[in-house]
Amino acid sequence: MTPIDLSATDLALAALSLIIGAGSSILLALDVHRSLAIAAIRMIAQLMLVGVTLRYVFAASSPWLTLSVAVAMMLAASYEVYSRQQFRFAGWSRFGLGGLPVTIATMLVTSLALSTALREASWLDARHTIPLLGIILGSAMNSTGLALNALLTGTRRERRAIEARLSLGADRHLALRDIRVSAARNGLIPVVNQMAGAGVITLPGIMTGQILAGMDPLDAAKYQILLMLLLAGAGVIGVLLSTQLFVYAITDERDRLRLDRISPK
Amino acid sequence: MQGLAGRGSRGVLGLTVDPGTCVAISGPSGSGKSTLLRLIADLDPGIGTARIGAMEREAVPASRWRRQVVYVASDAGWWTTPVSAHMPDLPAARSLLAELGMPEALLEASPDDVSSGERQRLSLVRALVLRPRFLLLDEPTSALDQAAILLVEEMLQRFKRGGMGMLVVSHDSAQIARMADRHYVLSAGGLTELAA
Repeated sequence: MTPIDLSATDLALAALSLIIGAGSSILLALDVHRSLAIAAIRMIAQLMLVGVTLRYVFAASSPWLTLSVAVAMMLAASYEVYSRQQFRFAGWSRFGLGGLPVTIATMLVTSLALSTALREASWLDARHTIPLLGIILGSAMNSTGLALNALLTGTRRERRAIEARLSLGADRHLALRDIRVSAARNGLIPVVNQMAGAGVITLPGIMTGQILAGMDPLDAAKYQILLMLLLAGAGVIGVLLSTQLFVYAITDERDRLRLDRISPK
Repeated sequence: MQGLAGRGSRGVLGLTVDPGTCVAISGPSGSGKSTLLRLIADLDPGIGTARIGAMEREAVPASRWRRQVVYVASDAGWWTTPVSAHMPDLPAARSLLAELGMPEALLEASPDDVSSGERQRLSLVRALVLRPRFLLLDEPTSALDQAAILLVEEMLQRFKRGGMGMLVVSHDSAQIARMADRHYVLSAGGLTELAA
C-alpha cells in the first residue's frame, strides 16, 4: 500500500474545523481566535520549512550537514527551555541548566537507539538520525522545561522552609529534596500520561501516521513502543540531570540558598 | 576561649558570645540585625569570619557548623506535615512542649493549622531538641502574649544555665533586661555595647 498524496486542497479542508471553531470564538466572544490563528499559521510555516530543509538535507547526504543540523536543533532546544522559564539565572546556568540536560539526554538516547534497534541505520544518515533526534529532543526539552519551571517557582515559594532546613543542619541536597521530587514528578507528567493513554485513550501520532502511510498496524505499534520508550528515557534523563544541576546552581559551596542568582525576566 | 566569635571586615562588628551567656542585639528596623544572625549562621554570603573557639566556620562543612550554631527566624518555615515530622527527638520535644504549657496534640497538627504564636514556639522547640552549642534567635517571642513570653524565657534560661550560648535579636527592652548578660545596639555606625 502506498501513502496517500496530500494536496493543498486536502490540507485546506482539514483546517475547516479549526476555522469554524475560530469563527465561533468571535461570535461567542471567547477571544481565542487570534491565538488559534497565529498558532496554526506558525505551525504550517514551521513544518513546511522543516519539510523543505529536510528534503535538501536528505538529498545532500553530507555527514557534516547532518551534524550541523543536529547541533542547531540542540541549541534551539536549549534556548527554548530557557525562554519558557519565568525566571532567569545569571552566569552559566542561564542556558546550561536547561541546555546540558536536554543535550546529554538526547545524545545518549539517540545513540542507544542507533546502536541497538535502529543499528542498520548509519549514524550520519540524515533520513534516520534527524527525525529520531528531533522527536527525542522534543521529549527531553518538554520534560526538562517543566521540571525547571517547577524547581524555580517551588524554590522561591518555599524559601523559608528550605532555609529552615539549612538552619537546622541539613545539607543542600536534603534541604531541596522535596522541591526536586515535586519538580521531577511535574516534568514527567507528559511522559507518564502519554504512555498510560497510548492505544487505549489515544492512538499515538507516529503509529497513526505509519498506518496511514501503509504500514501493518502491528509493525506500526512496535515502532510506536520503541519510540515511546526512547522518549520516556530522554524525558527521565533530562529531568534527573536538570534537578541535580539545579541544586548546584541555586546554592553555593557553603550550602547557602542563592536566590540572588535568579531574577524575573 | 570556647565562645562564638564573629568579626566583620571593618572590625566594627566584632562580637563574642561565651557558652552559658546571652547576648542581646537591638537597633532600628533595617539596621541589619537579622542579616548579622544569618551571616553568623552562614546562610548568606558576606565578608567576615566566625569561629567557635579555635574552629573556624569555613574549616568545617556548612551543615556541621549550622548544627552547632542554629539560627531560628522569627517566622521560620516548615517543610512537611505534621509538626512531629520536623522533630528529630520526639520525647525531648514533648517534654519542652509541656514546659511551655502547650498541648502534646500540637505535634500531630499541620504547621499550617496552628497559630503564629504556636508556630513560633514550635520552631524554638525544633531547634532546642538538636541541642546546639549556640542559638541565634531572631525576635523569638514577637508573636507571643506576656505569659507565653515568660515561659519561653524561663526555658531559654534553663538551657543557658546548661551551657548554651545565645545571641538574641529583640526590640523588647524588658526582655533584654531579663535575659541578656550583654546588650549591643546595632546601627549604621556599627555595634555599640550598652552598660549593663
